[in-house]
Amino acid sequence: MINRNPQLDENGVLQHLLTTEGLPASILLHILDTAESFVGVTERDVKKIPLLRGKSIFNLFFEPSTRTRTTFEIAAKRLSADVINLNIAVSAQSKGETLLDTVNNLSAMNADMFIVRHTQSGAAHLIAKHVRSDIHVINAGDGSHAHPTQALLDMFTIRRYKRDFHNLRVAIVGDILHSRVARSQIHALTTLGVPEVRVIAPKTLLPRMVERLGVHVYHDMAKGLKDVDVVMMLRLQNERMKGANLPSPEEFFKYYGLTPEKLSLARRDAIVMHPGPMNRGVEIDSAVADGKQSVILPQVTFGIAVRMAVMSILAGNQV
Amino acid sequence: MQLPDAEILFKSLAKKIRSDGGKDFALVGIHTGGVWLAERLHQELGIAQPLGTLDVSFYRDDFDKIGLHSQVKPSEIPFEVEGVNIILVDDVLHTGRTIRAAINELFDYGRPASISLATLVDRGGRELPIAAQYIGIALELPVDKMLELKREESGKLSLNLYDKCLPE
Repeated sequence: MINRNPQLDENGVLQHLLTTEGLPASILLHILDTAESFVGVTERDVKKIPLLRGKSIFNLFFEPSTRTRTTFEIAAKRLSADVINLNIAVSAQSKGETLLDTVNNLSAMNADMFIVRHTQSGAAHLIAKHVRSDIHVINAGDGSHAHPTQALLDMFTIRRYKRDFHNLRVAIVGDILHSRVARSQIHALTTLGVPEVRVIAPKTLLPRMVERLGVHVYHDMAKGLKDVDVVMMLRLQNERMKGANLPSPEEFFKYYGLTPEKLSLARRDAIVMHPGPMNRGVEIDSAVADGKQSVILPQVTFGIAVRMAVMSILAGNQV
Repeated sequence: MQLPDAEILFKSLAKKIRSDGGKDFALVGIHTGGVWLAERLHQELGIAQPLGTLDVSFYRDDFDKIGLHSQVKPSEIPFEVEGVNIILVDDVLHTGRTIRAAINELFDYGRPASISLATLVDRGGRELPIAAQYIGIALELPVDKMLELKREESGKLSLNLYDKCLPE
C-alpha cells in the first residue's frame, strides 16, 4: 500500500497543513493566490470578513510563543472565527494529561480547527491522525521539523517582490541544523521551481547530508551570497550558543552575521528576510535589518493574510 | 433555445443607465462577467470615479457547502465608498445571493449614499428580495440551466446556456 500524504484526503484535497514537504506546487500556489485577496481585506477600514463565523479555532501552544500565536489569533479573528488560546505548556500537561487526551477534551468542546505548536517533531501529525475527520490541524511549528505557514508567508513575500520563482538564486543563512523554518522553506522553494537554493552555515550548524534536499552548501558568506536575489536569515537561538556548536555570538556575527558589506555581494536588488524575532548584532546587523533592502516588516503583514488563506481553504475543504 | 446577442443587450443597458443620468455615480463590477461589463460601461459612459471590482467569495452563503472558490481574485475599491452613489454591475441576476454578498462586502468599505444594480440578464428565480434598476433583458429560463457570459479575445461578449452540472 502506498502511504499517501497525511495532509491530503484520498482526492488530493488539503485537510491539514503540517509541512510544505510533499505538497504539490498547485496547492502552494492556491494558498499564495488566495492570500493576495486577503491582503486587500487587511488594508480596509473593516478588516473582518464573515467567512468563518461560528467556527471555533483552538490555538494549542505546547511551546511558548507570542508572535506566531498572535498572528494566528489575528488571522482567525479577521475571519470572524472564535479563537481560544491555550498555553498548555503551563496547564493540562503539567498536571499529567497526555497530548491526545487534551485533544480529545477540546474536540468534545466542538473544535473546528487546531493550531499546534510543540517542541516535539511530529506532534501536529499525531494530532491530525487522531482527530475526527471534520477537524483540521495547522502545524505552527513542531520541534526542528516544520513550520509551513512561515515558509508560505516567505514564499508570498518573495513572489510579491520578485514576481517569479523560476529565475531566482536564494540563500538561507544561519542555524539550519535546528531550524524548522529552513526545512519548510527549502521544500517550498524547490517545489515552486527556484532553480538555485543555497544554504550558508558553519559545518556544526548544518544537518548531515543536507545536499539531499537539493540545496548547494556554502560555509563562506562571501561565496554563498554572491549574486543571490533573496537572502533569508534565520534566528540563532541564544540558548544554543553555549553548546559545542558555536564558540560565541561575537564570532558567529563575524563570520555569518549579515552586514552591509556582506550584503553588497548579493545582487543590488536583493531582498533580506528574517522570520523574527531578530538578534541584532548576532545574525543580522541593524543597518541591514532597518535598511532599504529589508522586507522583514512586510513579512509580518503578509503572514496574517497567508494564515487567513490557509485557515479558510482548510475550513472550506470538508469531507 | 435562441439566446439574445450580448452586444446588443450591452448597448441597451448602457443607454438605460445614461438616460437615467445627471447623478454622479461609481461603478463596481462583480467578478468575472460583471467586471467585463463594468469595464465597458466605465469607458462608454465616461465615469470619473475609478472602477471598482468585487470578488464576493469571502461573503458567499454557501461556504459551508462548497468551501472556498478555487480562484479568488482580490476585491479592489479604489475610491472612498462613504457617501457615494454606487451602481453594482453583474452579468446575470438569478437568486440574488451574489448581490446580497456584494452589498455586505461594500458596506465593509464604508456607507455608500445608495446602491443600485445593473444586470445584463434578469433570469428570474429570486430567493431574496433583490431587484435590478437597470436590466438588459428579462428572460424566463428553466431552473436546470445555467446562463453565463463569455468574452472572446477580441473583447466581444456572448451569452451561453449550459445544463447545470454537479457543484464543483
